[in-house]
Amino acid sequence: MTNSVPEFEDADCILITGSNTTSSHPLIASRIMKAKEKGAKIIVVDPRKMHIASLADIYVAQNLGSDVAWINGLMRIILQEGWENASFIKERTEGFEELKKAVAEYTPEKVEEITGIPKETLKEIAKIYATSEKSSIVYCMGITQHATGTDNVKSLANLAMLTGQIGRPSTGVNPLRGQNNVQGSTDLAAIPNVYPGYQPVTDDAIREKFEKAWGVPLSPDPGLTVVEMINAVEEGKLKGLFVLGENPLVSDPDSNHVEKALDAIDFLVVQDIFMTETARKADVVLPGASFAEKDGTYTGTDRRLQKIRKAVEPPDEAKADWDVLCRVGKAVGGKGFEFASPEEVFREIAEVMPIYHGITYDRIEKEIIHWPCRSEDDPGSPYLHKDGFAKGKGHFTPIGYKPPVELPDKEYPYQLTTGRLPFHYHTGTMTRVSPSLTHEVNEAFIEVHPTNAFEIGVKNSQVVRLTSRRGSVNAKVIITNDVKKGVVFMPFHFAEAAANRLTIAALDPIAKIPEYKVCAVNIEKIEESEA
Amino acid sequence: MEYRTVLTTCTYCGTGCGLLLEVMDGEVVGVLPAKTHPINEGKLCIKGWNAHEFIYADGRLTKPLVRKGDTLEEASWDEALETIANKFAEIKKTNGPDSLGCFSSAKCTNEENYLLQKIFRAAIGTNNVDHCARL
Repeated sequence: MTNSVPEFEDADCILITGSNTTSSHPLIASRIMKAKEKGAKIIVVDPRKMHIASLADIYVAQNLGSDVAWINGLMRIILQEGWENASFIKERTEGFEELKKAVAEYTPEKVEEITGIPKETLKEIAKIYATSEKSSIVYCMGITQHATGTDNVKSLANLAMLTGQIGRPSTGVNPLRGQNNVQGSTDLAAIPNVYPGYQPVTDDAIREKFEKAWGVPLSPDPGLTVVEMINAVEEGKLKGLFVLGENPLVSDPDSNHVEKALDAIDFLVVQDIFMTETARKADVVLPGASFAEKDGTYTGTDRRLQKIRKAVEPPDEAKADWDVLCRVGKAVGGKGFEFASPEEVFREIAEVMPIYHGITYDRIEKEIIHWPCRSEDDPGSPYLHKDGFAKGKGHFTPIGYKPPVELPDKEYPYQLTTGRLPFHYHTGTMTRVSPSLTHEVNEAFIEVHPTNAFEIGVKNSQVVRLTSRRGSVNAKVIITNDVKKGVVFMPFHFAEAAANRLTIAALDPIAKIPEYKVCAVNIEKIEESEA
Repeated sequence: MEYRTVLTTCTYCGTGCGLLLEVMDGEVVGVLPAKTHPINEGKLCIKGWNAHEFIYADGRLTKPLVRKGDTLEEASWDEALETIANKFAEIKKTNGPDSLGCFSSAKCTNEENYLLQKIFRAAIGTNNVDHCARL
């Protein structure tokens, strides 16, 4: 997030797209509700009419995967009406002329045709967003989980820069991160192309710095992403895999493909707290600790560092994960794994990572710190880009609309989109063993528009078979107007009816994120005896 | 009877709400929202209120396991670590460091993510490090 969570409360306009905020980030949704009480206009653009849409001043459903088109359409209207922030564009950005040219063809008529958003609504959204004093954009996986995910995010950045809605409190472009420490694990370089603190592995000076810090020569070649590693197993190039606290067999796209890869791999190590579907396939399983059984830090979605504190001991022979990893590091012959506590590890982190440089355990006991925090007297950065962008000028990227990779056809006439429920979490390894949460919902379902339910010939709670080019699953039908005609929705928490047996592993070329949010499926009624 | 609360951060989503784990005689028995926390200001969602329930669920892993044929069997820490060390060394020797890789975890701490990427980058010698940020 460019801005911090409490700032939402003082925004004048909040544009929410691709985020089921009330369900996936309830305590951020409550800030948005407070903003509304104080008079903010809430705009929701999402293919599904979720709870947050019922609070919106304007709600509109776009066609799946049409985001670049409506955002370009907004920018065209903003330029036509003179609602852009000319001084911000002049002083803080570059590439404006190219952007202007790129959005020119996105006339309201054309945008309506691609996205299904009526041109009057588009104009209303453009006006409120551009002319409010402080407008904030909130997005989540509905924007990123597309083969055009990077294009979608850059389009939102274009929109914020065009209107100067960034670099001030209560504005900005704000992705809500799904997992407790997805921001931190990215900061700490659990990604293939950088060292901790977003320092490229391909940069010679940076690599030398880390070679000195870690006392070994390092590889200058960027590594593979999750989906690429699964493919590399199939090609026989990747022979050994260490999986820490993840369940790729359920969370990754095209699970049948992942299962084959995990069956084929020479050596699989899984470190987890439960015997997950992935752990069952392992050659070595290491028992780790839950958040209540260890110390450490998480970095929240708004770059805020917070401690977790050990309350009880891990069960039996299980150990805190940091301790296990120090042992693994030493066992495989690594140097520099002699840490006696997470705090000692953190001291090394702060040393090698300029954006965490000023952060210590003592400081985060007493104060709220958002990175970048570069020295002990730096208070940190609740919002970014105050006096300029990190890379100098903000660069407008001209972007054209591309349709989703797999469009509906005769054989697979419906579009499937996937998502989360308020009661469950990712692949359900934690929530589906929690009695209070399974009491709410404990089985997969599929949301279908009434017209489509009539076509298929099913009633509420009847079981259907969904089939895509990659696999098939059975699920109960919920008939609802919350999805558009032709679109069906399925939560992905349930391994026994895993939505990811159906999804497509088409990747965004830059972020390598899979297109979970759009694929083509067929739906058939199945007889009671088969169900 | 010993009762205490431990201030910590919720382990579910990226919002980062503050909560208190209620500990009775060495066991976590409940959750209370942290009233003065700047993010959640004394409130929690349904997952947060029940964030302690999975800790004692059946099926927690409690001992290292090593595969012997078709089954995973209980092993000592030394045996498990030695198996990893030997197998990784063998694969690296035959196929090079880029034939090994890891999926780190958005559920684990900053310190743990740092350590795992350090194992693969510094001790094994590959940048094949990723996690489910995209998923």
